[in-house]
Amino acid sequence: MQNVDTAQVESAVPSRRRFSSLNRVLKYVLVRGLTLLVTITIGVYLAILIANGGGYVDQMRIGQIKEEIAMQMAADQEMTFLTMQERRELEAARVEVQIQQLGLDRPFMIRSFEYLWNGLTLNLGSADYLLSDSGSRQVRNILGERLGPTLLLMATGQLLLFFSSLALGLILSRRYGSFLDKLIVTLAPTSSAPAWFYGMFFILIFAAVLGWLPFGGMIDAPPPQTTWLRALSIMKHMILPVSALLLASVFSGAYSRRTFFLIYSSEDYVEMAKAKGLSDREIERRYVLRPTLPTIITSFMLTIIGLWTGAIVFETVFNWPGIGRLTQQAINLFDTPVIVATTVIYAYLLAVTVFLLDIIYALVDPRVKIGGGGH
Amino acid sequence: MKATFSNAFRQMRRYPSAVAGSIIILFLVFMAIYAMVTIPYSEALRLWRGADNVWMQSPRNARPAWFNYFYKEKQPLTIVQSTTDDPDAKIMVDLGGGVATSDFIFEFDYQYDGFPSELAVFLTAEFTAARPNVVLNWITPDGREIPLGELTVRANETYSVSQDSRVTRRLGGVQPERGLFADPANPDKPLKGTYQLVGEGLVFEEGSSIDATLVVYGKLHGLAGTDHRRRDITVALLWGTPVALAFGLVAAVGSSIMTMFLGATAVWFGGWVDWLIRRVNEIVMILPLLPILIMVGLFYSRSIWVMLSVVILLGIFGSGILSYRSMFIQVKQSGYIDAARAYGAGSGRIIIRYMIPKIIPTLIPGFVTQVPSFVFLEATLALLGLGDPVLPTWGKLLNDAQTHGALFNGYFYWVLEPAFLLMLAGLGFAMLGFALDRIFNPRLREV
Repeated sequence: MQNVDTAQVESAVPSRRRFSSLNRVLKYVLVRGLTLLVTITIGVYLAILIANGGGYVDQMRIGQIKEEIAMQMAADQEMTFLTMQERRELEAARVEVQIQQLGLDRPFMIRSFEYLWNGLTLNLGSADYLLSDSGSRQVRNILGERLGPTLLLMATGQLLLFFSSLALGLILSRRYGSFLDKLIVTLAPTSSAPAWFYGMFFILIFAAVLGWLPFGGMIDAPPPQTTWLRALSIMKHMILPVSALLLASVFSGAYSRRTFFLIYSSEDYVEMAKAKGLSDREIERRYVLRPTLPTIITSFMLTIIGLWTGAIVFETVFNWPGIGRLTQQAINLFDTPVIVATTVIYAYLLAVTVFLLDIIYALVDPRVKIGGGGH
Repeated sequence: MKATFSNAFRQMRRYPSAVAGSIIILFLVFMAIYAMVTIPYSEALRLWRGADNVWMQSPRNARPAWFNYFYKEKQPLTIVQSTTDDPDAKIMVDLGGGVATSDFIFEFDYQYDGFPSELAVFLTAEFTAARPNVVLNWITPDGREIPLGELTVRANETYSVSQDSRVTRRLGGVQPERGLFADPANPDKPLKGTYQLVGEGLVFEEGSSIDATLVVYGKLHGLAGTDHRRRDITVALLWGTPVALAFGLVAAVGSSIMTMFLGATAVWFGGWVDWLIRRVNEIVMILPLLPILIMVGLFYSRSIWVMLSVVILLGIFGSGILSYRSMFIQVKQSGYIDAARAYGAGSGRIIIRYMIPKIIPTLIPGFVTQVPSFVFLEATLALLGLGDPVLPTWGKLLNDAQTHGALFNGYFYWVLEPAFLLMLAGLGFAMLGFALDRIFNPRLREV
């Protein structure tokens, strides 16, 4: 991911003028955006292929149609006047019409591209069992309702994580060898456990034993009347999940950042800057932080990708009404359209994450701006 | 090469975290071997499926037995009395004409400060047509006699005293497992002493007889306690170890070695091969691993080996490929590769004999640190209800605990035991991996 598209950047004529570097950044972002679009298309198509593998889902849908029609006909008084033979023929005919209406009689290859288009345009069909809180059966509405809580929780957690591990890393690299430094280095392996794992402990301690904070959920039931109180209630419910997210990644994050800072501060040009008599702050900002940023962003991106997919269990453990919890509910109910839709949404979220970070990358990596080769 | 490793081994002893990590891993390996030797695979599956009522005589949701060391008020363990184990408890008197009495008396000492969790009598009878009859009586240490029930016995009869509402009514609305043991002077405490269950049976055929088993279910059980289906959690804790180690190691080693091959191939051939591998990597990066595993689990198979294959397949093209690529670019430029080319070595030979061995030292810390993430991935899948359908694993224990509200109901042991082992496995490999990283990457060693 951190590869700058070499061909694109190199083809540009090197120039130091400002608008040209802006131009290059834009071009880079555009190229990355297009590449990602192609990537998403292939990714979603793969997801559809997996979901439809062996025509299993088709069979399930046909079975469902048959059952529905049989139920309808059993409930229909008129049907009692028909003979058994006639009823069976009528039933078969109705099933056939339904199948044709849904296009299930066409070969899968053709339909798969239709599914692909539907998936890419987020035209996600309707759920088999799940309903949105407003009562809608449209997967799009169900997902829309759940996206907010997921984004709220994850964005809060990830931003806090990024800045706290960056700050902690800087502090540690300044006090290299101190007790705090040794402590964090020792604690770094604890990040091998995912956030939901710490979440379970937090629930055990702060909800089950101490009873200070709620077991899970997003808001008190019944929700408070005023907006202020509602916000407070949501914040109270966010304390445990956000701290679990932080605890699960902050130590290894701080450790790796500290290590990068230390490696970069042993470079010759830092010595040179020191010799020139620049202040420590200045050196840190211009000669240590700046060159490590691309690496830091890359590692942060990998953390976020891990968190996105980890969110399914994480939200389940905390009963957080987001997309992850929805996925888990859909698994339990075997609600295929919702499962496929959440996969597509996660692919989109990952791609958007990658894209956003690419833009930040382009802004901080001088190689993109001045058009030097990436590698 | 050999020198690198023996050197590394010598250095490892200088890192306490490496030593601690290795000890933890050795302990887990020992536990895995112990599990596989003492409980054969098929036996583990049978036990976990709960076939043939193997768990009939263990309590539901019991805490580990060693908790009693910390309790001031000692909680009961399960007491089992059976006529098959103790033939003296059975007294038969022939009354002539095929009719006979078949009595049994169970006597046991109860010295606990807590009430049992359940009470049941299992009866088996041999007969051809006429079903035997049994009247059960309960005698407390202070000599009170409480009638329990009268039943005609089928070939296999379970009489759950705890669920007999008539006994409850007779005891004044108190649950039988409390009422039968309660001290009349202080109904919140059990009366200590010798209790008796007397069964007066009548059989109506020649050669017909009754066998009985009394189970006074305790509140504590075994080394690790039991779950909601009375299964001994020790089985899953033990068998979870080889499963977790196998899953973690195979996934980590499998995907890193294949990734390394791909990285080497991409760099060596360059051009369109390199381009293709990088594009596939970009696609795989945005494929959400967990949702895909969920779909595979739902639509194809939940077998742990199928999941493992998918994990490896997606892992091969994962983020690791880029770092291998940049390492191989440096390797490719070194002089000895040119020398190999000069003597006419083929591409395959150069990749396998000259390029890959060069970076294996950097690979080792990488895959050791990857093991925990795969161990936890298995637990994650199980927690979502997509665990292997037959194998007992740590993740499945957590899943059972989660779905049965273990934290909410205060069954902390149920969550803490598998969590402790997961943490142990995670920490062991991570600690070793972090230390190895510093040993094999000299640039990190200085800091």
